[in-house]
Amino acid sequence: MAEQHMTTEQYTAAIEKARALFEDLSYSYAREWKEQDPSRRVIGYLPIYVPREIIHAMGMLPVGIFGAGDRMSIVKGDAFFQSYICHIPRTVIEMALNGNMDHFDGFLFPSICDVIRNLSGIFRLKFPDKFVRYFDLPQNFDRKVGGSFYHREIDRLIEGLKALNGHELTTEELNRSIELYNRNRRLVNELADLRSDFPHKITAVDFYLVLRAGGIMTVEEHNGYLEEILELARAVDAEPEDKIRVVISGAFCEQPPLGLIKTIENAGCYVVEDDMQLGMKWIKTDIPSDTDDPVSALIEAYLDQSEFSSAVYEADKPKGEQLKQQVIDRRADGVLFCAPSFCDPALLDRPLLEQAMDANHIRHFGFQYHENLGQFHVIKEQAGTFADMIKLWE
Amino acid sequence: MLARPEGGDMTVQKENSMLKQKQMLADHFMELSQVRETGKKVVYTFVPGNLTELIYTFDMLPVYPEINALQSGMRKKSRDYIREAEDMGYSEDICSYVKCDVGMMVQGNIGPTGQQLPPPDLLLLSYTGCFVFMKWFENLKHLYPDAEIAMLHIPYQEGGRIEPDHIEYIKEQLRTEVIPKFEKVSGVKFNETKLGEKLDLSAKAEDLLIEIFDSAQNRPSPIDAYFGGVYYIGPIFTAFRGSPECVDYYEELASEVRFRVENKMGPITPDGVLQEENFRLVVEGPPNWTHFRGFWKLFYEMGAVFVGSTYTRVGGVYDDGFRHSSDDPLKSLAEYCLGCYTNRNLPQRIDLIERFITRYHADGFLVNSIKSCNSFSAGQLVMMRELEERLQIPVGFIETDLVDPRYYSYSNIKNRLDSFFQMLEQRQIMKRRMEAVA
Ligand code: SF4
Ligand code: SF4
Repeated sequence: MAEQHMTTEQYTAAIEKARALFEDLSYSYAREWKEQDPSRRVIGYLPIYVPREIIHAMGMLPVGIFGAGDRMSIVKGDAFFQSYICHIPRTVIEMALNGNMDHFDGFLFPSICDVIRNLSGIFRLKFPDKFVRYFDLPQNFDRKVGGSFYHREIDRLIEGLKALNGHELTTEELNRSIELYNRNRRLVNELADLRSDFPHKITAVDFYLVLRAGGIMTVEEHNGYLEEILELARAVDAEPEDKIRVVISGAFCEQPPLGLIKTIENAGCYVVEDDMQLGMKWIKTDIPSDTDDPVSALIEAYLDQSEFSSAVYEADKPKGEQLKQQVIDRRADGVLFCAPSFCDPALLDRPLLEQAMDANHIRHFGFQYHENLGQFHVIKEQAGTFADMIKLWE
Repeated sequence: MLARPEGGDMTVQKENSMLKQKQMLADHFMELSQVRETGKKVVYTFVPGNLTELIYTFDMLPVYPEINALQSGMRKKSRDYIREAEDMGYSEDICSYVKCDVGMMVQGNIGPTGQQLPPPDLLLLSYTGCFVFMKWFENLKHLYPDAEIAMLHIPYQEGGRIEPDHIEYIKEQLRTEVIPKFEKVSGVKFNETKLGEKLDLSAKAEDLLIEIFDSAQNRPSPIDAYFGGVYYIGPIFTAFRGSPECVDYYEELASEVRFRVENKMGPITPDGVLQEENFRLVVEGPPNWTHFRGFWKLFYEMGAVFVGSTYTRVGGVYDDGFRHSSDDPLKSLAEYCLGCYTNRNLPQRIDLIERFITRYHADGFLVNSIKSCNSFSAGQLVMMRELEERLQIPVGFIETDLVDPRYYSYSNIKNRLDSFFQMLEQRQIMKRRMEAVA
């Protein structure tokens, strides 16, 4: 009994560590990390995916920038974006203008949508002394065509980063980074499996915070942290509740506030899969970490092993089928389409995904949110009704 | 197919070029309506990064869903189409062109001339400068599962210049993805010489187009580079570039413009030739189509003329010297796609607007921010501030939508424009006083 009490306390304390990092809009972790060695550099990246292995191998800390959610009031950001543009760019620019990211040396804006793309231009104008790069990922998946293009993009990235610290990247260093991130993805997947098998042991919010911490801590520390969380979560003694199992889809960029994630769970839905921190598990398999050409290994993994996403041309792999597979794999009862308002990628995919769910008799419902949403009762009611309906049907 | 309105509330004093345009369009839609008999194959594609010359090299016919959407807006059909798409699950928040297009297709795909448009044989997804394009055509692929789809990924000019390897990437995609699909669908073997000939014809039309746009340096400006720009200056370009008829059209138009310059005439508006030019403006953003004439009137009744616009550059920027060329046809197509307005980074776009403002002696800069178009809208407020700081000119801001009539508020626009015009007037009074003192 006492032992269990200890575990619960340890687990809570461990989660609190991730929560503190999440709450800290000054990115103090990165500041402190950087202060330890003058050669260190910090590179922020926007959702969804960048090859963090490269940044790490260059002796830099990749830091995920996911907006400030409901934790910051907007003073300047609204003067940059009209009301009908999603919320995340205004908290990102607000943080940047307020100096929260002054210790960042560079920013990467992956090709995900027009807002992120144009935000990269705003950063270029407003922060001319920083390394600012729109990082174009290929939409052609032929190794010779899209692969060659991506190779040159990565080469350019490496050159750009090198200008920041003079570091000459070696094969060994990149292989080592790949191995560390392989380990990271394996642990993340292990935790995702644990959550799916025993969703009462780790709440959706806790799971989310643990993954979010991966965009703040060094990968080395996050790997240790994940191991600790896995051990503690397994030992947590909690009783399963009568909840349905849902997959959340569409929240890959602007993040829902914690209150919203909690509301979904409290309304009777165990979240057994979600895309909120999609970048953490973007590559679905291990990437070879013992090759002579680790850049090509990264490229091939991107071309062949990327998770499906609204930001990627679907080519001949319909996303509806892939979402269906996720539902099957996670034994989910339904899908919650949960997308930020004004989010073109997520909202334009929604009708097709909904059709695919209908065709496969998978129940679903959808809603929109802002990262700073404060009222959840409507969503609570909808999610509750959805859960009740499913329980009734089963 | 073009921005040129048919019916609706538009009646404009016709010049020869306009009549010619009308005929060219009618013929084009007639051809489209006859593909069952003629066996011609149809390509759906986008205006930015359009490969019109390549399409005609394979003897195929282009359809531009964006243009269908704007035509639906002008013909007051878009409200219904958008409602249809929203009933299918498309959010209120997304690009209204997509919804209008999807709604139109679901309701029978009746085009601007009242004839049914043929379904696509090929969906040419030229992914240039707007992320929505990709989603749009993924959706169309589901609506037309039998159509072949070719993706052409155009990398963004993130560093403010065209990278040589980006040209290679596009050429490779043309060789390995786009051209093979054209060959497969059309049954015609690719002929580079034929493409080159078309590109040379394009270059001729491009010279004339720039001559026409540059005529706005005159006072009064003989053209309106926004409303006129989308009504009769730009559209023919998209649909017919690379053809001798296109060159003829621009020769005709250029001679009309020269005539107006010689005779110090202003541009043609729906109420005749503008008699007095009070304000010269440069505008950023697409126009509103659902209230096109009323929207235009808000400007010409104040004597405001647009001497430059960015929207007329979405289908290609020729202002900095680029011309299509037969020297290396695929390279030429690649450079064209890379250079489209929305494929340029924000600082480049601001520089281009700055050039328009100075080159065309504009008194003010206006943003027409489109509710559902992130590609244009995200960053416009920054553009305004930058240009205001750099050039010390009045800047104005209005909001409308492309084809969703729910977002056109006459009174809001009017109020904002009144203050903008007042600002411009005061500036002019001050300028005159200073000149008098000097
Ligand atoms: S929330 Fe959606 S629209 Fe907004 S920046 Fe992210 S992906 Fe783009
Ligand atoms: S978002 Fe804008 S540029 Fe893109 S398709 Fe819609 S209207 Fe065109």
